[in-house]
Amino acid sequence: MGSIWEYANPKKFIATVDRVLPFVAGLAVLSLVVGLIWGFFFTPEDYRQGSTVKIIYLHVPSALMAINAWMMMLVASLVWLIRRHHVSALAARAAAPVGAVMTVIALLTGAIWGQPMWGTWWAWDPRLTSFLILFLFYLGYIALWAAIENDDTAADLTSVLCIVGSVFAVLSRYAVNFWNQGLHQGASLSLDKEENVADVFYHPLLVCIAGFILLFIALVLLRTRTEIRARRTRALLARERMT
Amino acid sequence: MMPELGKYAQAVLSSYGLSLLLLAGLVGISVIRSRRVARDLRAVEERVKRNG
Amino acid sequence: MIALFLRDIRLAVRAGGGFGLGLAFFLIVIVLVPFAVGPETALLARIAPGILWVGALLACLLSLDRIFALDREDGSLDLIATSPLPLEGVCAMKALSHWVTTGLPLVIAAPVLGLLMSLPSEGYLWLVVSLALGTPALSVIGTFGAALTVGIKRGGLLLSLLVLPLYVPTLIFGAEVARAGATGLAVETQLVLLAAVTCVTMALLPFASAAVLRMNLR
Repeated sequence: MGSIWEYANPKKFIATVDRVLPFVAGLAVLSLVVGLIWGFFFTPEDYRQGSTVKIIYLHVPSALMAINAWMMMLVASLVWLIRRHHVSALAARAAAPVGAVMTVIALLTGAIWGQPMWGTWWAWDPRLTSFLILFLFYLGYIALWAAIENDDTAADLTSVLCIVGSVFAVLSRYAVNFWNQGLHQGASLSLDKEENVADVFYHPLLVCIAGFILLFIALVLLRTRTEIRARRTRALLARERMT
Repeated sequence: MMPELGKYAQAVLSSYGLSLLLLAGLVGISVIRSRRVARDLRAVEERVKRNG
Repeated sequence: MIALFLRDIRLAVRAGGGFGLGLAFFLIVIVLVPFAVGPETALLARIAPGILWVGALLACLLSLDRIFALDREDGSLDLIATSPLPLEGVCAMKALSHWVTTGLPLVIAAPVLGLLMSLPSEGYLWLVVSLALGTPALSVIGTFGAALTVGIKRGGLLLSLLVLPLYVPTLIFGAEVARAGATGLAVETQLVLLAAVTCVTMALLPFASAAVLRMNLR
């Protein structure tokens, strides 16, 4: 094991992924199955929320990963801009759709939970609104990647967009907080469930979070490998046409 | 076998169903694209090797 | 740099589209709203600040893709980039000329359109102040978006998708100032936050725009 930068070499990265991916994917599936089955079948109902408390096992991990995926993209973008490792740029690209799907899951499960609990599918609660904005950022980022033909330019531009977007996402989070307090006081719609989550719910939740993290890692590894191969194919085809 | 979900059964089941469907779709698309790209690359590499 | 600024203004005036189009669009949006929500004065007065802000924002968006696209097509963008002018300054000037040709007319026209929306009389001052403070940020952010998409053919739609989420903080604080002003509440906090957002974007985003432009022209 040398330094982490060894994996910036695409060949080495692919070799490592080939070796590691089955384990990560297996662990991801295992912990997801265990966590979700534990949560779904073997946890009691909450005295206030009834059985809807079981949605927490999907909602919290996906929301967590929606944010962490963007963080990972930010780090990968910085690494690309500073050290110009292609694998890093491609990993950011690979992570974006995963993060977008996580955001959708968080929003969907939240809406389904909100319908019986708050009596509404959607409220302009700061957290919900921030997540919707985060989803828009994902869409823009993915669209920009898709629109540019030159690979390196696309990596450069999306990296800058990711960095600027991060700043604006944080700004939006505070703006939204401010805006909603201005509208209606009180946090009757607070989503802070973690505070009063009891151990019975907490342990399966931890397993589910681990499962989502592992699933995210597995997907990003798989999709990055795909991107590297796709780029190599394009390069070979281009060379073929030249000769 | 099935836990008693009470009056919220629909909400819980639909959120599990939708989420798992989305995850499965994401995994499926990723795996299919991975296979296709790997196959294409192998084809191109072999052709390049043959043609020198 | 000032020559560049004057040139852009002249081009916008001569092409005709610059001033007129954004304003006309703003007017049409404001005229359409009562058709959609009904002519009830109380309702219109309540939503007036927000609608005026959204209208101004969309009108701003309309002319963004011209910022660099025209210069790119006739090659003058490459000349500007190779000239000794710092590209950061060029981007700032581009944003400034966009603001003068689109943002400023919107600010001036807003009170008239406020009349159409039966905006309460307390609201006019703060509407104009909030737009005057907020639209520069819209132009600067828009310049960044235009620089991102300059190499893309038919990038207009993508440009909107990229820029609109970035407009969220400005819109929230700006509309908040206008709304609080219209209902006679205190506006200081919102005003300071809006000014802060504008200052930060104006100070930092030209650098990002210039970096992006360099990547696109490489």
